[in-house]
Amino acid sequence: MLRQAPRLLSRATSMMRVRSLSTADVPATPTGDSSFIEAWKKVIPNIDPPKTPLSFMQPRPSTPSSIPSKLTVNFVLPYQSELSSKEVDMVIIPATTGQMGVLPGHVATISELKPGVLSVHEGNEVTKYFISSGFAFIHANSFADIIAVEAVPIDRIDPNLVQKGLAEFTQKLSTANTDLEKAEAQIGVDVHSALNSALTG
Amino acid sequence: MASAAGSTAAVPFWRAAGMTYISYSNICASLVRSCLKEPHKTEALNREKVHFAVSKWADGKAEKPTLRSDTPGE
Repeated sequence: MLRQAPRLLSRATSMMRVRSLSTADVPATPTGDSSFIEAWKKVIPNIDPPKTPLSFMQPRPSTPSSIPSKLTVNFVLPYQSELSSKEVDMVIIPATTGQMGVLPGHVATISELKPGVLSVHEGNEVTKYFISSGFAFIHANSFADIIAVEAVPIDRIDPNLVQKGLAEFTQKLSTANTDLEKAEAQIGVDVHSALNSALTG
Repeated sequence: MASAAGSTAAVPFWRAAGMTYISYSNICASLVRSCLKEPHKTEALNREKVHFAVSKWADGKAEKPTLRSDTPGE
């Protein structure tokens, strides 16, 4: 698509014969899209190349040769960004394979999360969130992106509702007939037991 | 998705029952929302509200749309 752009635009400009203002500074475009810019300059030398999405993006920080001292965490939800580039010592994520502790220098991993508690350890403080489900991407440069659909601090969970839900779904599980009903009841039991252990643990 | 026959990958129980990940994730999220304490619970339930209108097209024209909405009066 980008390759067509110089051709299409040069057709338009050759018809219009526009000269760009010579006072315009060519912004220092970062590493970004040098091949696009060269191709553009060959065809349309008089007009500044447009900025491409690559030049708006911040490049991913490179993997340092020595293990960094802190883990940078981005914890996002669909409706808000809970932690954005926060430097922490460790996070413990509720992966489907069990509670996983992530320290700086952790090997690059992608894990699916199960309903459970995410704890963020920074110095002496620990912040805990209950996550409904999601994914965690840990990059080689000690950046961790954790995404979840719902995440709540533990103190916002109502224990009575959790107990009621657990009882209700355990009962549904025993009376379920179709695969789908069984799966839904099982999900209910899993989520409520996880909520329960989050409250007591 | 690889079919169960021939692949030895263990599938999660919900996928074996025919549910997709996104449905699973949304069910988990709505169960968590329903277990919250009061002011947070109503805020959270607001996030689940949907509002959409579906219309079938016939002969190049849209027929009367069916409105599905949690916000009444629209």
